[in-house]
Amino acid sequence: MDRRDYSLLGKDGQRAIETGLAGANWYATEIPRKVMKELMKRSDGPAIRDTLIWLAALFGFAAIAIALWPSWWSAPFWLAYGLLYGSSTDSRWHECGHGTAFKTRWMNDAVYQFACFMIMRNPVTWKNGHARHHTDTTIVGRDPQILSRRPPNLQKMLANLVGLVDVPLAFKSMIQLASGHLTDEERDYVPEAEWPAAIRVARIWLAIYVATVALAVLMGSILPLMVIGLPRMYGAWHMTITGILQHAALADNVIDHRLNSRTILMNPISRFIYWNMNYHIEHHMFTMVPYHKLPALHECIKHDLPAPNASTWQAIREAVPVLLRQLKDPEHFLVRGLPSTARPYLWSGREVAAEAAE
Amino acid sequence: MTKWVRACARDDVEAEDLIRFDHEDRTFAIYQSPEGAFFCTDGYCSHEQVHLAGGLVMDHIVECPGHNGQFDYRTGEAVRSPACVRLNTYPVRIDGEDVLIAVDFERPG
Repeated sequence: MDRRDYSLLGKDGQRAIETGLAGANWYATEIPRKVMKELMKRSDGPAIRDTLIWLAALFGFAAIAIALWPSWWSAPFWLAYGLLYGSSTDSRWHECGHGTAFKTRWMNDAVYQFACFMIMRNPVTWKNGHARHHTDTTIVGRDPQILSRRPPNLQKMLANLVGLVDVPLAFKSMIQLASGHLTDEERDYVPEAEWPAAIRVARIWLAIYVATVALAVLMGSILPLMVIGLPRMYGAWHMTITGILQHAALADNVIDHRLNSRTILMNPISRFIYWNMNYHIEHHMFTMVPYHKLPALHECIKHDLPAPNASTWQAIREAVPVLLRQLKDPEHFLVRGLPSTARPYLWSGREVAAEAAE
Repeated sequence: MTKWVRACARDDVEAEDLIRFDHEDRTFAIYQSPEGAFFCTDGYCSHEQVHLAGGLVMDHIVECPGHNGQFDYRTGEAVRSPACVRLNTYPVRIDGEDVLIAVDFERPG
């Protein structure tokens, strides 16, 4: 088989359109409308509570770290601050981008803009890219947000534990947008009406980073960069691990999120950082359900899902051997068994029993 | 000339909710607002081919289940990206217990 072409304007994307994989009707577990309405219902309470805790921790750790700087005693506080800055902003960006975290729109928008800046994702281009990720999840040549490609780039995955690939790319994109240009791929999935907003944000961000660097030079210290910018690198490890595990080692080019997504029962701290995105099959199947209702959604549909991974570590142990084998055999992937209560998997429009697939 | 067709019974749509209605080769979404008024729009989201019937109605906004784009279902106006293009809306008439929609009519302006 040909090497996969992940570019959005390449042959695999064209093939996905021709074969009906692009924009297909995806499998969804049946849920009574009344139950679904209850699950989709919005509220401000949980997200306000979590955001107050999050902001208090974020600014609190930063304040202590700055106060102790340049002593090594500041290190654990920088690590905690970095984790919130460089990892928890991934889930805040994500949830508020969907508009589901808060009921009140300005709250969603405010947290979204704040998180986008810290995670270095343009709020316009990334929102539209993420919409495509949901339309065509891990469809090669259609999904612009596939982290676990085949064969996998393990060096890139490891480097991104400290943002060594993503951060330079983010600055390249920021500079390009600030100069008024979108890439051909961005033009493909961002509506033209939103291009000016993408450019405007990039210019504001660039100005903030230039001011931060200027302040660091003026002070003769990297302290300003330890607060703004660098934590996107030294705190990225959690986001990178959880992000890769969402889809790694699983199927691609299918239309059933049970085949290409992974639900993991994470520890409470990771769930707070990740805002329950460990329920990833559930999130992809029903994007309208707020993060705080995902555990309830999981209970509602788990009879139709493969068993969740028991922990992050167990998920890593499951995925890594498959990724290593994919280095030589990119066609290899993991198919997990379904419970007897589940409907068969939906592969590219034809249903195949999980047992047969294995 | 306006062509009215019966879409559903009043009781088929809960307050602050919507249902799907298919007619010939077209599909629509029928809404009941919290105040008890009925409205009709195109069935598919203008962003991508996702039917709005699985979406969430909040006051006078419908949110698409695909990508969380939002519309004011009274006017069809897109109010949250990635939805940018307005939905077509259709006149609705109540006849006893029936909800009728004008699937073909002359649009003003």
